[in-house]
Amino acid sequence: MTTTSAVRPVATDQQPAAAPPPTTRPDHAPALTVVPRRNPWTWVGVAAVAVLVAMFVNGLATNPGWDWPTFARYFATETVIKALGTTIQLTVLGTVAGFVLGVVLAAMRLSPNAFLRSVAWAYIWAFRSIPLIVQLLFWFNIAYLYQSISFGLPFGPSFGSVATNDLFGALGAAVLGLALHQAAYAAEIIRGGILSVDEGQREAASALGIPRRRQFLRIVLPQAMRSILPNAANEVISLFKGTSIVSVLAIPELFYQVQVIYGRNSRVVPLLLVATVWYIILTTLLSVGQYYVERHFARGSSRTLPPTPLQRLRTRLAAFGTSTSRAAGTTTAGVAR
Amino acid sequence: MTAVVDLRGVSKSFGPHRVLDGVDLELAEGTVTVILGPSGSGKSTLLRTINHLEKVDRGQVRVNGTLIGYRQVGERLHELPEREVLRQRSRIGFVFQSFNLFPHLTVLDNVVEAPVSSQRRRRHEVEPEARALLERVGLGDKAAAYPRQLSGGQQQRVAIARALALQPDVILFDEPTSALDPELVGEVLAVIKELAREGATLVVVTHEIGFAREVADTVVFLGEGRVVEQGPPGQVIDHPRHERTRAFIDRVL
Repeated sequence: MTTTSAVRPVATDQQPAAAPPPTTRPDHAPALTVVPRRNPWTWVGVAAVAVLVAMFVNGLATNPGWDWPTFARYFATETVIKALGTTIQLTVLGTVAGFVLGVVLAAMRLSPNAFLRSVAWAYIWAFRSIPLIVQLLFWFNIAYLYQSISFGLPFGPSFGSVATNDLFGALGAAVLGLALHQAAYAAEIIRGGILSVDEGQREAASALGIPRRRQFLRIVLPQAMRSILPNAANEVISLFKGTSIVSVLAIPELFYQVQVIYGRNSRVVPLLLVATVWYIILTTLLSVGQYYVERHFARGSSRTLPPTPLQRLRTRLAAFGTSTSRAAGTTTAGVAR
Repeated sequence: MTAVVDLRGVSKSFGPHRVLDGVDLELAEGTVTVILGPSGSGKSTLLRTINHLEKVDRGQVRVNGTLIGYRQVGERLHELPEREVLRQRSRIGFVFQSFNLFPHLTVLDNVVEAPVSSQRRRRHEVEPEARALLERVGLGDKAAAYPRQLSGGQQQRVAIARALALQPDVILFDEPTSALDPELVGEVLAVIKELAREGATLVVVTHEIGFAREVADTVVFLGEGRVVEQGPPGQVIDHPRHERTRAFIDRVL
C-alpha cells in the first residue's frame, strides 16, 4: 500500500505532461531550497521528558529526605575512603586474576585437543551457572571442606601443609571467588575476540614464517582487542559494582562500610547516596579510560580516527576565538573543519 | 641445474574428495610458471602445498633441494615441528588473493615485520630495504599509511613488497588479481612482470590468460587434481593438445 503511494509522485516527475504547470524543466531549474521534514511530535516528546527531568532534579534538590548535609559529612570521611580503597583493590585483583585465567581458558577452548577443550567448557559452564553470592559463601566456608591444604606431588608425598583458614582470609575468599567467576566470562569474551579476527591474518603471518607466539601477540591479539575491549570494559565495570556482593563476607568494602554507618546513625538514604556517588565517579573514570584504550586499538580500522572530545572542544574554542577576534561569521565554518 | 621447486607425486584429499592426484612438477630457477585450470581443479591447493600451508597426504615437496614440512627417516616422513616449518616458509614468498595485509600496522610495519621476527634481523637494517621495496612497487610515499587507506591494487603491491622483504627463493601468487577491480589489475601485473624480468622464480595461479601468454615460461594446465598438460604458453594456450585444455581456453578467452 505505502509503496505504491510513495512511487506515484516519482512517476509524475518523470512524465512532465502529467505535471500541472509546465513551468520548469530539470536542466535549467532554479536552485530550489531543500526543507528538511519536520516532526512536531518530537517536540511534544522533548517537552514531556524535559518536564520529568526538571521534576526529578527539583526533587533531588528540595526533598529533605536526601539529607545532603549528612551526605557531605560522610562522603570523604576516612572510613569511606578506606572502604573505597578495598573496593578498588578487590576490583583490580579480581580483574587481573580473572583475565589471566580467562586467557588460559580461552586458549584451552580453542585448542585442537578435545580434552582441554572439554575441561575449559565445563569450567565455564559451572562458573556461569553458580550465582556469585553462592560461590563467595562456598569459598568463605572452604575450611569446612578442607581443613588444611598441603603442597606436594599429586596423589604422592606432601612437603608441608597450611591450615586453610590461615591461607584464606575473608578477603582471600572474596578475591578468589570474584576471579574465578570473572574468568569464566573473560574466557568467552577473549575467545570471541580471537574468533573475530579473519583467518587470513593468521595464515598470512604463518606464510611469512612469523613465530607462533609473535603471530598471536603482534598480529591476532591487537585485532582481537577491538571486539574484546567493549565487552571487557563492561565486565570490569560490573565486577566493580559486583564487589558490593562481597559485603556478605563482612569485608569492609564500600557498600559494607556504608551499611555499618547507617546501622549506627539510621541515615540510610544519604549514606546509600555516598556509595552511589562513588560508584558513579569510578565507573565514569573507567568509561573514559575505555574510550581512549579503544581508540588506541582502532588504529588502521577506519580511514581516519575521529577527534577525541578534548580535541573537539579545543577546535571549538579555537574557532570561537578566531571568530570573535576577526569579523564574526566568515571564519567559523573554515576553522571548524 | 636443480629445480627450485620440485613436486613428486603430491596427493591431497579433503574427505572423500581427491583434490590433488599425483602431481609431478619441476620448476627451474628464474622461471615463471603459470598454473591454469577450471575452479576446483586444485590450483590453489597445489600452490599452498609448496609452503606447507596445506599438508600433503602423499608425495614430496622440495624447495631448493630441502624437503618442506617433513623429515625423512628411512621410509617414513615425519612432520616437522611448527618452528622448523615456519623457518622454511621464510624462504618462500606467498601473495594471497585477498592480500591479507595486517590492518593495524602501517604499510612499512607490514613489510618490516617478517624479516625482523622470523629472520631475526635488526629493524634499523631492514627498514631502508623495506622503503626501497615500497619504492620499487611504486608506493614509496605510502610507508606511513594504513592498509585500509589504500586501494586494492596498492594493497596487493604492498603484499608483494612484504613477500619480497624475506628475499625468498621463490614467490607464490594465489590469484593475485582476482579480488581487484578491473582497472587495478594492470598495476599489479606490471609489478609481477617486473619481477619476472629481473629473474625471480615465480609461480602464479591466475585466470589472466594474456598475462600467462606474455610472461610465463611454462604454463601448467591442471584438471581434476592432475597435470593435464604443460609447456610453453605458445603450445598450451595457443595449440592445446588436450580437449579439456582447449575447452577451458575457449571459455576464458
